[in-house]
Amino acid sequence: MTRQNDKAAAPAGRPIYLDYQATTPTDPRVVEAMLPYFNEHFGNPHSIEHAFGHDAEAAVEQARAEVAAPIGAEPREIVFTSGATESNNLAIKGAARFHKARKPHVVATRTEHKCVLESCARLEREGIRVTYLPVEPSGLIDLGRLAAVVTEETAVVSVMAVNNEIGVIQPLAEIGALCRERGAYFHSDAAQAVGKIPIDVKDMAIDLLSISGHKLYGPKGIGALYVRRRPRVRLEPLIDGGGQERGLRSGTLPTPLCVGLGVACALAACEMGGEAARLEGLRDRLLAALTAGLDGVALNGDPRRRIPGNLNLSFAGIDAEALIAALPEVALSTGSACSSASVEPSYVLRALGLSEERAGSSLRIGLGRFTSEAEVERAARSLIDAVKRLRAAGARAAE
Amino acid sequence: MDYNATVPVRPEAAAAVAQALAVTGNASSVHGFGRAARRLIEAAREAVAALVGAASAQVVFTSGGSEANNLALAGCGRARLLVSAGEHDSVLRAAPTAERIALRSDGRVDLAALEVLLASDSRPALVSVMLANNETGVIQPLAEVAELARRHGALLHCDAVQAAGKMQIDMTALGIDLLSLSAHKLGGPQGVGALVLSDRVALAPLIRGGGQERRRRAGTENLPGIAGFGTAARIAADALATFAELALLRDELETRLARIASDMTIFSGAAPRLANTSCFTMPGTPAETQVMALDLAGIAVSAGAACSSGKLEPSQVLRAMGASETEAGQAIRVSLGWQSVAADIEAFAAAWGQLYERRAAARYAERQDEQQRAAL
Repeated sequence: MTRQNDKAAAPAGRPIYLDYQATTPTDPRVVEAMLPYFNEHFGNPHSIEHAFGHDAEAAVEQARAEVAAPIGAEPREIVFTSGATESNNLAIKGAARFHKARKPHVVATRTEHKCVLESCARLEREGIRVTYLPVEPSGLIDLGRLAAVVTEETAVVSVMAVNNEIGVIQPLAEIGALCRERGAYFHSDAAQAVGKIPIDVKDMAIDLLSISGHKLYGPKGIGALYVRRRPRVRLEPLIDGGGQERGLRSGTLPTPLCVGLGVACALAACEMGGEAARLEGLRDRLLAALTAGLDGVALNGDPRRRIPGNLNLSFAGIDAEALIAALPEVALSTGSACSSASVEPSYVLRALGLSEERAGSSLRIGLGRFTSEAEVERAARSLIDAVKRLRAAGARAAE
Repeated sequence: MDYNATVPVRPEAAAAVAQALAVTGNASSVHGFGRAARRLIEAAREAVAALVGAASAQVVFTSGGSEANNLALAGCGRARLLVSAGEHDSVLRAAPTAERIALRSDGRVDLAALEVLLASDSRPALVSVMLANNETGVIQPLAEVAELARRHGALLHCDAVQAAGKMQIDMTALGIDLLSLSAHKLGGPQGVGALVLSDRVALAPLIRGGGQERRRRAGTENLPGIAGFGTAARIAADALATFAELALLRDELETRLARIASDMTIFSGAAPRLANTSCFTMPGTPAETQVMALDLAGIAVSAGAACSSGKLEPSQVLRAMGASETEAGQAIRVSLGWQSVAADIEAFAAAWGQLYERRAAARYAERQDEQQRAAL
């Protein structure tokens, strides 16, 4: 790991990448595994009649097993998709549409990713009732509140494993048990969780789980949906055609991308423990440096139940957009990249009960596999300087 | 010799993919990493648009041809769908209740039948006719289809997955409103495609979420895939003239095979076809037997569309052209590509010829046996 970190770490003068929740660099080991499949190993994995197709099919099946293993699933329960957005659309719309006649109800938390909320909005236009579950100021859901809204008419409950903006970890096993008892599917968007925290679909009674390649050092353009076989989960597909992926998702499978996702999952699984401890150390250092160097820094989201590679911080009196503009040497964000263009403060932070002003003063900082200690120290210094400059300018303007 | 199933990635496209894999950045992020990703995507968008005579703003990137077809049918806003009987499964299965436009025996759509369908119902419709068929290579009369669609106020969707990079396409001149593309069928990587829209279409998304692709297709863009698609599109556009020369190889193959088996059928042989595709029968020999014998000889062909080839059923396309179930079950497809050479044709004709003779000899021996048994 050390050698790679040195290689990927930004040299002085190049911006430091601290936006690991938007996307992660593709691990060089993943790239290396994928490249042969763009060249000599070509073949349509579905052309099982001839030898080229066989090689591709074997590679895809190995990848399927590598995706399944870290989450405790069987290989045939993995459906490859184009990414977590598609997985989330397929899980929620697919389950709700399939069961619409007897279970015309869906539950999702207010802090879900846009693609979950937009899928729900679409379902509402199709006559399905959606309950948007509020979260506590910590960003976590209240299990009692969830229990009060899940009924036997509920087709699917969607609660993300790890939030993409504030990094908090929801109580998955408890939610799973509740859903199983009430006969509702439990879907979890685990795009930010797989490879970062332990997940076991059996222990946690998860029925549907979305995975993204590019959030775990795999390639963009690939993801997966875990679809439980026993008890069997039934979905209506979004994309019909050749009937690939058990009829749940048609389209030629992109062999190199499947291979890349498989290797990324395998790497994440075997390095997760050590990596989590390393990132926790870096994050704590960064937070300590910022709180020591600045007043008015507050952490958003539960301080303990969170992944190590994320901080979401409010800087009192600062406009986060202005702060980012003042910091070209560090790549940061105010929230989800998908809505970067929008100027609205994060709906996730607002759902925690933060004021518009405080939400507007918040930054998302994402650390990851290639973040080095030196980068964290440089980033902390830059951030402290920039916040002080902006506060001083603000004070002068006020005079 | 199965280029219509998937094409080896062009080395230049593979290089573009590898380069883009080294780019960190979500194209929706506003920082420098994100902007670098965005630039790559927009350059690719221009190349893809140019390949089909469109402007870059008309291009919506998808995960492939199947998604593009599903998105077109579900998102066009028309409840009445007319699809040709020769369409790919991703059109036929996405619209199971659509009205079917009949095919003529040469594989082209029956324009008179389309006109009758269009006139029979005044609801605004979507007509879906592919540009070139994946199994027979037949090229559909799209300009005529577009004219009929326009006269009846219908939108026109065209699955150009097989045609793109194999023939000149100008979707604006042809009057196409929605056009589906797949990168891996033209030398780009798998896992990326596009739906190209005319300004007459207000598309409803199939995959919802972030505001990517002008809110027409959510999900973080497949940056390496899109970069590879752009490069492949640029090369394919430059290589169109070379591609047309594959007809010489294809015609040579058909001449040789007809000499071996004068009773063979070549589907759509008399109609305009893609230069690289040939679909024909070996009478009396099931397609699987041919495919396996050729595989042993180191030649990859297929018995139809690769997607459904896990379960070998006689081709729906050939059945729609009026072929009997037996005849359709004896048809295989040869499709050539940029790495095909004359020696491939030689090897194919030799292997296929051997099988034909072996089968003929076996049938002769069987008949002899029967005659002997009858005589006893």
